[in-house]
Amino acid sequence: MFLHKNPQLNKNGELHHLLSIEGLPADILRQILDTAESFVGVTQREVKKVPLLRGQAIFNLFFEPSTRTRTTFEIAAKRLSADVINLAINVSSQSKGESVLDTVANLAAMQADMFIVRHAQSGAPYLIARHVSPDIHVINAGDGRHAHPTQGLLDMFTVRRYKKDFTQLRVAIVGDVLHSRVARSQIHALTTLGVPELRVIGPKTLLPSHVEDLGVRVYHDMSKGLKDVDVIMMLRLQNERMQGAFLPSPQEFFKSYGLTAEKLALAKPDAIVLHPGPMNRGVEIDSSVADGKQSVILPQVTFGIAIRMAVMSILAGN
Amino acid sequence: MTHTDLPDAEALLKTLAAQMRPHMTAQTALIGIVTGGAWLADRLHKELGLALPVGTLDISFYRDDFHSKGLKRKVAPSTIPFEVDGRELILVDDVLFTGRTIRAAMNELFDYGRPASIRLAALVDRGGRELPIAAQFVGATLTVPADASIDLEQAGGDKLRLVMQPIK
Repeated sequence: MFLHKNPQLNKNGELHHLLSIEGLPADILRQILDTAESFVGVTQREVKKVPLLRGQAIFNLFFEPSTRTRTTFEIAAKRLSADVINLAINVSSQSKGESVLDTVANLAAMQADMFIVRHAQSGAPYLIARHVSPDIHVINAGDGRHAHPTQGLLDMFTVRRYKKDFTQLRVAIVGDVLHSRVARSQIHALTTLGVPELRVIGPKTLLPSHVEDLGVRVYHDMSKGLKDVDVIMMLRLQNERMQGAFLPSPQEFFKSYGLTAEKLALAKPDAIVLHPGPMNRGVEIDSSVADGKQSVILPQVTFGIAIRMAVMSILAGN
Repeated sequence: MTHTDLPDAEALLKTLAAQMRPHMTAQTALIGIVTGGAWLADRLHKELGLALPVGTLDISFYRDDFHSKGLKRKVAPSTIPFEVDGRELILVDDVLFTGRTIRAAMNELFDYGRPASIRLAALVDRGGRELPIAAQFVGATLTVPADASIDLEQAGGDKLRLVMQPIK
């Protein structure tokens, strides 16, 4: 009999790499969320550090530029007392023609314990995870359009903090789902955790074909899609998509799909608004909403550190 | 020793509280170690009528066996609802054995501040210390077979009872 083997899990079914939320059982997602809850307490103390990963070497391998995600991984690793080495590979080895696997083999020879990988190519972290020695852990920090699991998890943590029970929620994901690795991770996480009604809202050109197969309802109209939702997850409209065939103009997009106070009023009065950042104010979200009382965008950033501490310490212990 | 030979946890709790009572001041605070120690600290807090609230510690992030055992499935948040600086703290645990849990708890406490003192209260001291740690307040000293663990469990309401089982 052929058994599908999840490359993220070890032989005991525990998390060894975090590459994607797809295929992870709900109890592993809950374990990460629960552990992060304890790390939120740590980050509020006078000494915001625990000795858990003392002496471990964690390499931030960013083949694609990122400031926020790299910084939150760095802070998380430092709060676990690990040593962090940041490498922006696009400006060093890759320009000299070294392959990804050569780069990784060299770093492994420097006694790396964990790689945090961001890459423009979908699947790059899988390639690395397949080739590293079994005692090294790999975390996907965003690969192409495929997945951004720690962002998905911090969004789940934020939703749970404000809404408690996933099984009672109506959630809408709004914007450029087609190009969004964040949206894919959110959809897998929300369905795994039992959200009964998940909607995606966006123009036809920015929604993947057959997105319904992921268990979501499709809306092209904000006034219908936002009606009575508990949670609104806005996506970033990437600058490079603003011209050309996908969109007429940023102004047009804002008119139809930008989250304004009027559109937000269609959701439940206590609905929360998330955004993975960095925001394009006046394109996908209005400033009055981004800075308004229903916005949980800054708490997301804070919780992102606790989530990354949880993922790193669970992996390191497995 | 069988289950029926184990001392009554409720009686030990009274003994422990009686030992502690003369030493309580306005600066004294109890900190229970999750999970048995936290239950015990709650009961002692009521028994002793202390002004400062009870703290709880889950020492998972400070364990010395993380590299061999990893993180346990459910880590409870540690909560210290008062300033630690200058306080007379009493760590409370159900069973004192190797002393490694207490070492981890003390390390964690110092990340909250600098207490005036730390003392240790344990319902049961079963010997077997691997570190230079001793309890100032002890409900009972027991000899327990090396392959057995002795634990506190909840026996309905806030009542507590001791149980012995083979080490897994």
